Amino acid sequence: MQNYMKLELAALSENESFARSAVAAFALPLSPSFSDLSDIKTAVSEAVTNCIVHAYKGGEGRIVIECRIEKAPRGGILHIVITDYGCGIEDVEEAMTPFFTTLENDERSGMGFTVMQTFSTFFKVESELGKGTRVIMQKAVGM
Amino acid sequence: MQLTFRVDGRQLTFYLSGELDEHAASSVRRLADDTIDEHSYADFVLFDLSNVGFMDSTGIGFLIGRYKKCKRYSIPAYIKNPNPSADKILSISGVYTLIPKI
Ligand SMILES: Nc1ncnc2c1ncn2[C@@H]1O[C@H](COP(=O)(O)OP(=O)(O)OP(=O)(O)O)[C@@H](O)[C@H]1O
Ligand SMILES: [Mg+2]
Repeated sequence: MQNYMKLELAALSENESFARSAVAAFALPLSPSFSDLSDIKTAVSEAVTNCIVHAYKGGEGRIVIECRIEKAPRGGILHIVITDYGCGIEDVEEAMTPFFTTLENDERSGMGFTVMQTFSTFFKVESELGKGTRVIMQKAVGM
Repeated sequence: MQLTFRVDGRQLTFYLSGELDEHAASSVRRLADDTIDEHSYADFVLFDLSNVGFMDSTGIGFLIGRYKKCKRYSIPAYIKNPNPSADKILSISGVYTLIPKI
């Protein structure tokens, strides 16, 4: 059977550390390197932070994190899907541009999506205005 | 996240430790800014990251924010001792062009 997990969290910044650690711990059976683990933690942290500060703008909301392991002869692929039901993104392509941010006054650098993209093997964003956003990432681990 | 600082003559060093994410940054921003205000005579400011175990783009925003604050006093800022994962995200985001690593 394929291993998977599903985690639902309140959109609170105090959950950021728990969320990234939980995903990293889930990946441990794939024998990730230290650098793989830190890439996974950073990418998850970026996506979860975006749900909190952008999707729900600091207000109430829920974040769903789903992970699945696809085993390979050596190591495997960690699939991560992070979903929010917040405001959605008007123009995903523009949002993914390095340094683009809608929260300039909050000391945002606009690098979150760029970091997720760089730290994962596959990366995709789906979003609908008023409905929410889904970040889909894959990370090849221990291969 | 903890933030402490040390003053050696006209050198102000911030020691950051723990995890620098959105949750953490909001709690130390004020202290960092007040400290820079109080030491606006400094010749340079160092951010010692040796005890930062985790950092995401919020950390980048935090460092650039403090860099801008220092710049208002014309104080150059530098980054010291980032661990390999902090180093990776700092390089990708081009932070070192504003706050060089020494
Ligand atoms: N889950 C989301 N819901 C709604 N809007 C989002 C979401 N994620 C990102 N965005 C939008 O995309 C923009 C870019 O996101 P990105 O993470 O790259 O930068 P940032 O969050 O603004 O800054 P940083 O991540 O560097 O702190 C955001 O400013 C925001 O407008
Ligand atoms: Mg972001």
